[in-house]
Amino acid sequence: MLDYEALRLIWWALLGILLIGFAVMDGFDLGVATLLPFVARTDGERRIAINAVGPVWEGNQVWLILGAGAIFAAWPPLYAVAFSGFYLAMFLVLCALILRPVGFKFRSKIDNPTWRSVWDWALFVGGLVPTLVFGVAFGNMLEGAPFRFDDTLRMTYEGNLFGLLNPFALLSGLVSVAMLTMHGGAYLALKAEGPVSGRAASAARFAGLALIVLFALAGVWVAFGLNGYVISTAMPHGGPSNPLLKLVTRAPGAWLDNYRLYPWTIAAPILAFAGAALTILLSGARRDGLALVASALAVAGVIATAGLSAFPFLLPSSLDPNASLTVWDASSSRLMLLIMLGVTLIFLPIVLVYTAWVYRVLRGRVTADYVARNSSGVY
Amino acid sequence: MTAALDIVQLSRLQFGLTAMYHFLFVPLTLGLAVILGIMESVYVMTGRDIWRRMTKFWGVLFGINFAMGVATGITMEFQFGMNWAYYSHYVGDVFGAPLAIEGLMAFFLEATFIGLFFFGWDKLSKVAHLAVTWLVALGSNLSALWILVANGWMQHPVGARFNPDTMRMEVTDFMSVIFNPVAQAKFVHTVSAGYVTGAIFVLAISSLYLLRGKHVEIAKRSATVAASFGLAAALSVVVLGDESGYTAGENQKMKIAAMEAMWDTEAAPASFTLFGLPNEATHETDYAVRVPWMLGLIATRSISGEVPGIKPLVAHAEERIRSGLIAYGALEKIRAGRPAAGAGGDATALNADDRVTLTAHADDLGYALLLKKIRPDVTNASDSEISQAAWSTVPAVSPLFWSFRIMVGLGFFFIGLFATAFYLASSRKLVQSRAFLWVALCALPLPWVAAELGWFVAEVGRQPWVIEGVLPTFMAVSSISASNVLITLIGFIVFYSTLAVVDVYLMTKAIRLGPTIGEPRSPAAIAPAAFPAAAE
Repeated sequence: MLDYEALRLIWWALLGILLIGFAVMDGFDLGVATLLPFVARTDGERRIAINAVGPVWEGNQVWLILGAGAIFAAWPPLYAVAFSGFYLAMFLVLCALILRPVGFKFRSKIDNPTWRSVWDWALFVGGLVPTLVFGVAFGNMLEGAPFRFDDTLRMTYEGNLFGLLNPFALLSGLVSVAMLTMHGGAYLALKAEGPVSGRAASAARFAGLALIVLFALAGVWVAFGLNGYVISTAMPHGGPSNPLLKLVTRAPGAWLDNYRLYPWTIAAPILAFAGAALTILLSGARRDGLALVASALAVAGVIATAGLSAFPFLLPSSLDPNASLTVWDASSSRLMLLIMLGVTLIFLPIVLVYTAWVYRVLRGRVTADYVARNSSGVY
Repeated sequence: MTAALDIVQLSRLQFGLTAMYHFLFVPLTLGLAVILGIMESVYVMTGRDIWRRMTKFWGVLFGINFAMGVATGITMEFQFGMNWAYYSHYVGDVFGAPLAIEGLMAFFLEATFIGLFFFGWDKLSKVAHLAVTWLVALGSNLSALWILVANGWMQHPVGARFNPDTMRMEVTDFMSVIFNPVAQAKFVHTVSAGYVTGAIFVLAISSLYLLRGKHVEIAKRSATVAASFGLAAALSVVVLGDESGYTAGENQKMKIAAMEAMWDTEAAPASFTLFGLPNEATHETDYAVRVPWMLGLIATRSISGEVPGIKPLVAHAEERIRSGLIAYGALEKIRAGRPAAGAGGDATALNADDRVTLTAHADDLGYALLLKKIRPDVTNASDSEISQAAWSTVPAVSPLFWSFRIMVGLGFFFIGLFATAFYLASSRKLVQSRAFLWVALCALPLPWVAAELGWFVAEVGRQPWVIEGVLPTFMAVSSISASNVLITLIGFIVFYSTLAVVDVYLMTKAIRLGPTIGEPRSPAAIAPAAFPAAAE
């Protein structure tokens, strides 16, 4: 039977897979929304872009809901600290996410240019803000957040929204925006037609280039400018989930330790760079399907790089490093991890199968003609 | 207590408002999804195109409502972590799972197929599209199931145990969490209430069309579907009312006693107070009009089962506080005996005697925490403070008493409404019965009133607990500044109010346009003569 240590490791990997699932699936429709005002100019063009993601974005967003639910179920202390600590940032994300379902649904219900333009910008905000904030959150994860616990494990957080918006975190936010804009551009190049498709492909190339530069810059910063965290005491990997039982020190460049310790992990940043470079080449050659695959690989590489650099830390504390949340002391109970693993192994494949079927039914480009023919039925 | 709202009140206000706002959209989604499934099934079986047009028309309204449900639902999931961080830490090991499973098993299904419902009419065969519609309905119902498993656990926390090493509740038996009798009763009751909401929505708007003589063929058929489906649902809401679940736990007993303003235990079977004025100062109900036997029958489904009153339940709470204090004292010793950080060794093996004491009294630990509101050093509490804490387990009696009665009254009204509609529709008199059509139209807001009152009774009746007997509400909040919660509260109110206006505007516009919307712009679909509507 799986022991507690193995289950924690599996759930750490599953958390990564769910986050990558979110960034790959919901990422392209966030990216399309961010690109909307720029690659689509007329109402007809915008409706092509919107309807390219219209039938699928709702299902894609469940990856985010599932991701948050999985953090709650498998890593409750992380859920409690991150959501209450990053309070106003989370509120911004919520406001932006609330705009999305209503934006998609309401926009084309009324044939008025002002009405539609307002909702187009609402969709833009709904795409850009979560993308930026999630990137900023990853940046703060690598820097550590100012929280501590009392001995009943009640958490207090000594920072505010502006503390989150520090230079490294903003750079991470830009990495995230470049990454999902590239991904959205690659998707829209494949699904749209005419000038929208062409502009989306150029946007993907431009954003891919930006991703390579920004991601490299973030890497240099992590190597030379950022203190990583190291567990300095022997720590049982199957002990109780209480983050107050260990000692942690900070050291410059410590986030690169895992790449020395486990050289195979270097595959993650290589995947990120190679994926972005391939996206640029393939979308230049208008091999749109392959470009989308390459872009998805780049997304997976970027997120895996962040996770592998910080391992075994989930969210270090800059205020009281000893209280940092790690894979070994911030999980659910062994029984709950086992139950949730069983549930995931049964239902995630089912989800993947019917999602694939839905995409197959909806295959093909969204054309101006299709939108015009179904004007009152589609978005 | 200061005059300004503190963090607990603000967090409760925010959760209550956002939950009740979310619940304006959820019941309609639940009900309409099934009604769409029924209408499209008739279309596939009979091949009559009018049923396809009905499905598409009600589908447009379903879509507008669904968007609002999704927009307001995501706030709920984030809010546990944002405003209720100690709650998330303390019970996340149990409570997080149903939410995660809801996403994986239910919401994925609903949200993935809803796109195909709208975009798949020309891309799928008739039968495949029907399957998609039913999968959306299945997803929304499963979603309600898992959310109510989570909520049922807050009302009656089974299958979990306190762990002193992690300072939280941990799951011991997940099957009993899933098959929690309170959760099962709530699920049936809530889903049936959603069906009633969907049915009244369809019946009221169809009545409007019939009164105006517009879209008569579609309205007649829609009203018939709504009447039969609604009658079954309304009967199930009342017959399978979730009162039966209230006998399962201590606080559930307190809730039912408060709802009934029953101060003392009566000899079985207890009488039901039809009307009266609960007096919270004298602990009496003035001018009570009682129906003998009825409460005993409803609550215990027997003539011998006793329904305990408020006063004996308070006395019992006092005993549990004293027992909880023993657990609390043992827990303090275990915490004090824990080695320093980084010292290593197996901390879980220390203080063996205190661990035995804690285990013996762990079920009452939450009751000791009630004293935290009165004094931080709870182990030094005086007898009068313990008694004060015991009385704090009584929720606000009058609001529960009245809300419950209005909700039940509406429930019986819905049965009468649907029974009449069913009779009129099956004897083909519906179109002429203008008085009834007016009543049905005016009934439109009532299912929402009943549903919101139902939530109010269930959740206000749970106070002072966030998890019954385990964690008091005032301890569950995040340690953040009240001003942050105030900012987001105001933000949500402004944001949600704006969206509500837009939503109602679009709904009204779609209803005014009627079943002509949602059709492809081809001449065949616009000309009604193309369909033999009189084939009935």
